[in-house]
Amino acid sequence: MTAEEAHTLEAWCECLIPEDADPGARRAGAVRYIDIQLTRKFKRHRKAYTQAIAALDGLARQRHRTTFAALSFEDRTALLTAFEKSNGKAFDMVLDHTLQGYLGSPRHGGNRDYASWRMVGVPPMPVRGRLQYSLEEAASRGGLS
Amino acid sequence: MALPMVDAVIIGAGAGGPVVAKELVSAGWRVVLLERGKWNTPWDCLKDDLHNQRNSTLGNPFGPEDEGNPRVIVSMDGRETITAPWEGGYSNNAACVGGGTLSYGAMAWRFHPNDFRMASQYGVPAGSTLADWPISYDELEPYYEKAEWEMGVSGDDSNNPFKGPRKKPLPMPPVTPQGHEFELLDKGARKLGLHPFHIPMLRNSIPYNGRPACMRCRWCVGFACEVDAKNGTQNTVLPVALKTGRLELRTECMVKEIVTDARGHASGVRYFDREGESWEQPARVVICSGGAIESARLLLNSATATFPHGLGNRYDWVGRNLQGHTYTGAWGLFDEITYDDLGPGATIAISDFNHGNPGMRGGGVLCNEFIRLPYQFLGARPPEVPRWGQGFKDWLRLAYRRTISVMGPTQEMPVFDSRVQIDPRVRDKYGIPVARLSGPRHPHTLEISAIQAKHAEDWLKAAGAVKTWLKLSGQGTSGGQHQAGTCRMGNDPQTSVVDRDCRVHDLDNVYVVDASVNVTNGGFNPALTILANAYRVGERIAKTQARGRG
Repeated sequence: MTAEEAHTLEAWCECLIPEDADPGARRAGAVRYIDIQLTRKFKRHRKAYTQAIAALDGLARQRHRTTFAALSFEDRTALLTAFEKSNGKAFDMVLDHTLQGYLGSPRHGGNRDYASWRMVGVPPMPVRGRLQYSLEEAASRGGLS
Repeated sequence: MALPMVDAVIIGAGAGGPVVAKELVSAGWRVVLLERGKWNTPWDCLKDDLHNQRNSTLGNPFGPEDEGNPRVIVSMDGRETITAPWEGGYSNNAACVGGGTLSYGAMAWRFHPNDFRMASQYGVPAGSTLADWPISYDELEPYYEKAEWEMGVSGDDSNNPFKGPRKKPLPMPPVTPQGHEFELLDKGARKLGLHPFHIPMLRNSIPYNGRPACMRCRWCVGFACEVDAKNGTQNTVLPVALKTGRLELRTECMVKEIVTDARGHASGVRYFDREGESWEQPARVVICSGGAIESARLLLNSATATFPHGLGNRYDWVGRNLQGHTYTGAWGLFDEITYDDLGPGATIAISDFNHGNPGMRGGGVLCNEFIRLPYQFLGARPPEVPRWGQGFKDWLRLAYRRTISVMGPTQEMPVFDSRVQIDPRVRDKYGIPVARLSGPRHPHTLEISAIQAKHAEDWLKAAGAVKTWLKLSGQGTSGGQHQAGTCRMGNDPQTSVVDRDCRVHDLDNVYVVDASVNVTNGGFNPALTILANAYRVGERIAKTQARGRG
């Protein structure tokens, strides 16, 4: 992904799960998750991502004469609502992957610092059993829970 | 290359194969057990909510491998899709030592006596091949007990007035404490006059068989247990069988075909090892335990001039009646926090709706769901909550710890055209034709499952839910982890594939021992029934087939 593409995608993801008192998709690292998976399991989606991002920016230029990321949050939401109807397949792909990056294990690059788990009130990895995850990682969270 | 002769070769180390292996080596047989997957451990999966056997978004840790093992799925409108094991529609269970029993939720249900006589109990609906089993609950009862005690089951069904007679209680009590969902649902069920009880599970609630008790973690169904408290074939019968020195387990060995002669006698199997080298394992008896899709595939792929349509397929029944379980139920939102972070989560059941209720031929057990990981919760979104944006996030934050799910498997009405075939074009990495899945669910299955969802909703309301919504089933070919039915057991060779001993009608020494033989799949998770039947058949084979000397 180019820096510009990542910038658009980040604005897109943040619209899907916006920040409030709790981190949204941007701070939780959803784009990092997608970027990493595009080199692994999602290789076959690379072209679809390039096209989806270009299509969304194209729609922004057509309606607002600027890129998607430069729009206000309200305009982005309105534009994405239209895009969901016109480009359903691309929209669903990005939504699925954003939710994976937001809610899934931090191992894959998203859900930074267990942001979403903290939000819903589920403790991060408890240290039990045979310790399959690194103690360092647990310690870096500021103590073992 | 041919290897030395053994008494039996068993294909598949899932639920059925290792039990038969243990019974045979205990009777002095020399046995080779071939498993296409690896001997996996919890370290192959870690605690990964996107990469486990229940949620394979990023792949299946316990097989089959993502590459080189496709299946062809035919949709209701005839479209063909080539799918990988981690994709939807593949109907994957697992391919590893222990099979599904390594990573299952471990519910340990006995089928109800009426589950074995569905046709005589209810009559056959149009468009279904519903039939009675050739064996009864009473015949299987001693083997249920054997499975419960040898492998280890915890729980307490003494409060369930609908169960079939049992001679011995379960060997272990339920896990304690049962958790907050149990308390709420127990009260709710009693208010409705229902009969709640503790789910039986192949799970240690106390130390048993030299392994510790469940540590109540969040990573249960879909994962291998990291303290080995879930009881599958890989940590029960298999170590016992291997210790005799008469069992040889060969992993990463994919069987291509069963070798037969013109007289209807099998001489062994041909298989590929992990290097892709081809071997022939001669054996006096061949036992096929690959699961309902792969066992049917193997019989069909073993065609010869004598059996041009595949083994046991003279009357075109192999691969037919593919079924699984149509899961439906409901979610309920509560004012109070219901989540207590205690695995396995699923603790309470009612069997009031398994049989004898209006509008349903059979029905199914209803249970609270296994403990959820946050990503899995997306499936619980009610229809009026937006899929994204602030409204979605608000719901997620509010509902996650206040939602209870009650679900259950609906006993399916078997359909002749719901089936496994071998695909004429697509082959796996060994060059073996792959399974092709097609066919609908029976309309009555969907009727039953819709009624069951309403029962689940009523239960949640009585338990105090302030808002409820239904989880209904879609169409599409059934199968999945509870796949069954493709090599039906029966007395009539013209309408079944194997006899009551699970021996393929046409062949004097080939058996199928897995859920393929299930005539119907009960209103319960099928694992314990597969295990019990494997004990029964293992004993029969040892009694009726001759082994070699030495």
